[in-house]
Amino acid sequence: MSVDILVASGITKRFDGFAALTDVDFILRKGERIGLIGPNGSGKSTLVNCLTGILTPDSGSITFDGDDITATAAWVRAKHGLARTYQIPRPFRGMSVQQNIEVPLRFAVGHTSARTIGDAARVILDQVGLAGKAGLSPKALTQVELRKLELGRALAAQPKVLIADEVMAGLSDSEVDDILALLTRLNAEGISIMLIEHIMRAVMIFSQRIVVIVAGCKIADGLPDDVMQRDEVERAYLGE
Amino acid sequence: MSAQTAYEPRKSTLVPARLRSGAAIALVGTILVAATMLFGSGVSEYYYLAAYSILQFIVLGTAWNILGGYGGYVNFGTAGFFAAGCYTTIVLNKLFQLPLLVDMSAAAAIAGLMGFGTGYLTLRLRGVFFSIATLAMAIVLQTVVINWSFVGGGRGVYVVRPEISGLFASYAHLLVTLMIALATCAVLAAWAVEKSWIGIGLAAIRDNETAAETSAVPSLRLKLIAATMSGALMGMAGAPFPYYVSYVDPATAFSLAIAVNSIAMPLVGGTATWWGPVVGAILLGSVQQILTVTISSAANLFIVGVLLVVFLTAAPRGVVGVVRAWKRGRP
Amino acid sequence: MNFSWDLLVNAIITGVVLGGFYAAAAIGITIEFGMLDIVNIAHPAFMIVGAYLAYLGWNSFGFDPFVSMAVFAPFGLFFGRAFYRAYHFFFERRGDESLQGLAFFFGILFIIEIGLVLIFGVDYRSVAAPYIGPTFGIGLISVSWRMMVPFLVGLGMLAGIQLYLSRTFTGRTILAVSQDVEAVRLVGADPIRAKEIAFGIATASAIVAGILLIIIQPVEPSIGREYIGRTFAICVLGGTASVPGTLVASLILGVAETLTTTFFGPSWSPAVSFGLLLVTLAFRPAGIFGR
Repeated sequence: MSVDILVASGITKRFDGFAALTDVDFILRKGERIGLIGPNGSGKSTLVNCLTGILTPDSGSITFDGDDITATAAWVRAKHGLARTYQIPRPFRGMSVQQNIEVPLRFAVGHTSARTIGDAARVILDQVGLAGKAGLSPKALTQVELRKLELGRALAAQPKVLIADEVMAGLSDSEVDDILALLTRLNAEGISIMLIEHIMRAVMIFSQRIVVIVAGCKIADGLPDDVMQRDEVERAYLGE
Repeated sequence: MSAQTAYEPRKSTLVPARLRSGAAIALVGTILVAATMLFGSGVSEYYYLAAYSILQFIVLGTAWNILGGYGGYVNFGTAGFFAAGCYTTIVLNKLFQLPLLVDMSAAAAIAGLMGFGTGYLTLRLRGVFFSIATLAMAIVLQTVVINWSFVGGGRGVYVVRPEISGLFASYAHLLVTLMIALATCAVLAAWAVEKSWIGIGLAAIRDNETAAETSAVPSLRLKLIAATMSGALMGMAGAPFPYYVSYVDPATAFSLAIAVNSIAMPLVGGTATWWGPVVGAILLGSVQQILTVTISSAANLFIVGVLLVVFLTAAPRGVVGVVRAWKRGRP
Repeated sequence: MNFSWDLLVNAIITGVVLGGFYAAAAIGITIEFGMLDIVNIAHPAFMIVGAYLAYLGWNSFGFDPFVSMAVFAPFGLFFGRAFYRAYHFFFERRGDESLQGLAFFFGILFIIEIGLVLIFGVDYRSVAAPYIGPTFGIGLISVSWRMMVPFLVGLGMLAGIQLYLSRTFTGRTILAVSQDVEAVRLVGADPIRAKEIAFGIATASAIVAGILLIIIQPVEPSIGREYIGRTFAICVLGGTASVPGTLVASLILGVAETLTTTFFGPSWSPAVSFGLLLVTLAFRPAGIFGR
């Protein structure tokens, strides 16, 4: 039985007259892998910010796992299992890598014992491949490692939905494959994933369904092959 | 584990180790209080007054740091909270003649409420608006006090020190003992916050508030807790002040020295952990006590301002940072 | 309260004229905080330095305030650029350490104020000029030249800055930087240099505003602190990065304060700006022309 875990309907967001998003709808089903694509500046990040509660849409509603979260604070959404990574990594610079992971373990999951938290953090560090860097400062990490830290932090929140916002940008082919493998594994464990990417190869391999946003409007939503062949989508990427 | 062990090899997670520094603080504090009470009757008034000033700054700096250093929200209006404590005592004294501890509790409640209120209005916004709001609050409060004849208005008011029991040789003796106890409580409170989930959440907020929110840190809640605690402690530091100076006017209660020192001391000492503000208060406080004798108070404050800027540019993590870097560098 | 229509009209006119001066004081904050995202709460202190420079110019050399403006504004430009370079090197480059940044500007504010106390003492200082003293009247309304001159200069300064920002290449780069630093880099322009020049302009405007201030009233070192609330209130109310917004907000604040002072007494006027700031933040943080 397919359950809709994240539903956005009629999302509109303006910034001082500029319409960043206009009447965007989409549905993420439980266990699904969808890709969200669109040219730069099309409103993808704005949409993610609305979904996660960093921004409040001017109109529309958002439902997560059956509950209306349109006006809910960001931290409550995170606590209930809506996790995200940031396009430009935002680590907690004053803490070590492990402590970065421990924050959501403490707040999203609610562990209280230092031992449990430490152990759980190490598990996650292993999962994302940062085990050897536990005690380092994020300032000592490479771009790839920072992305993995972002993913690790999102994972630590034991999410039902993970929004991966351009987590592969600028990575090499093998690094992209690494992350893809990780995301696929996570999906197999039951996490619904929304992948926002420009790397088309990754999007095509990973997604069961693709949503296309251009200039704040959704112009396509369907199977990857179908969507990529549509005229509007080609035009948006290649021009007239 | 706390941010304090960030770059050190993982120590054991046994419970006693975690509580080690807290137990040490409580122990040292208790010993100092007892020692002062039992053996302190012969000490000269001058040293007591100097000690009082430094202890007061330990409380103010520690209180400031709970929201400022731990959370990253800068309070420019420490003098306002401090003065709220002062004038709570003055008002209560005029009305009822209550014991000092009652004054302090009232001061904590009022200043804590002020912290909560200012925070509630502005902590949802960018940090700079909170800072300006605290400045505004201090200025508005000072204006109110100047126009309030019951507490002496701009002219100020004299406060008579109450009778003391046989335990203490002089009122100064009592005040210093009380301040040592308050300073110990303040530092313990800061330590407790730092090691707890509140401290970790605040550190996340300080480092990147948006990422903290999406990691399920209830940022407004934590900031309000910190703002309330910080305000309450500052008010408590101000409550005994009228008895310390015997004459209070708005210029003294809202003094610039308090405004700059409560920021400079934690920043010079180091904002990352509880002992930073203590070191900063002792260092800068002692320097000022020595300098006050030789140069004008304005020149004194000028030097504090310069030290603040110098440390911010050259040693932004303060003495704490220097010590930690040195420890890391050792083989 | 002593109400009469005369009083009301005069208060409003005076408020508008005062607002023109406030705009001169606040434009620097609009640039620094609104466009460059630098929380320079020491800006009012720079303004007071400008006032004392005018005092020195007049006291030692007999400079008319306008001469002081011509002499000291370029100094402000130069100093502002150097100051920004230092700030950028020590703080901006380090990353998001806003705690250190805010404390730094507080330290600078403090050093300047106490430094002025040490040099000049706490007495009020003023200058004299042919236009300080006389008033002119239009019907029932009476306005003094010492307020009118800053109003006109303030307007002129804002117009000049707006023209610069919208018509020159560097000016437009500054506006672009205020919206998207990365985009500026991608086009091949140097955002740091643009910010440097912007900060220089803002500092020069502070010096000029200070000279206007000492035309209006005698100054003493602690006056700067009142202007922290005023300038940030104007900046927020006007929409943070908008020059026209700054003007409108300044006029609103000028009128609000003058009405309060006229009908309730002068001791409440600092509270007006802070009150307006808090109300704006609570209900419409984007301001009137908000982004």
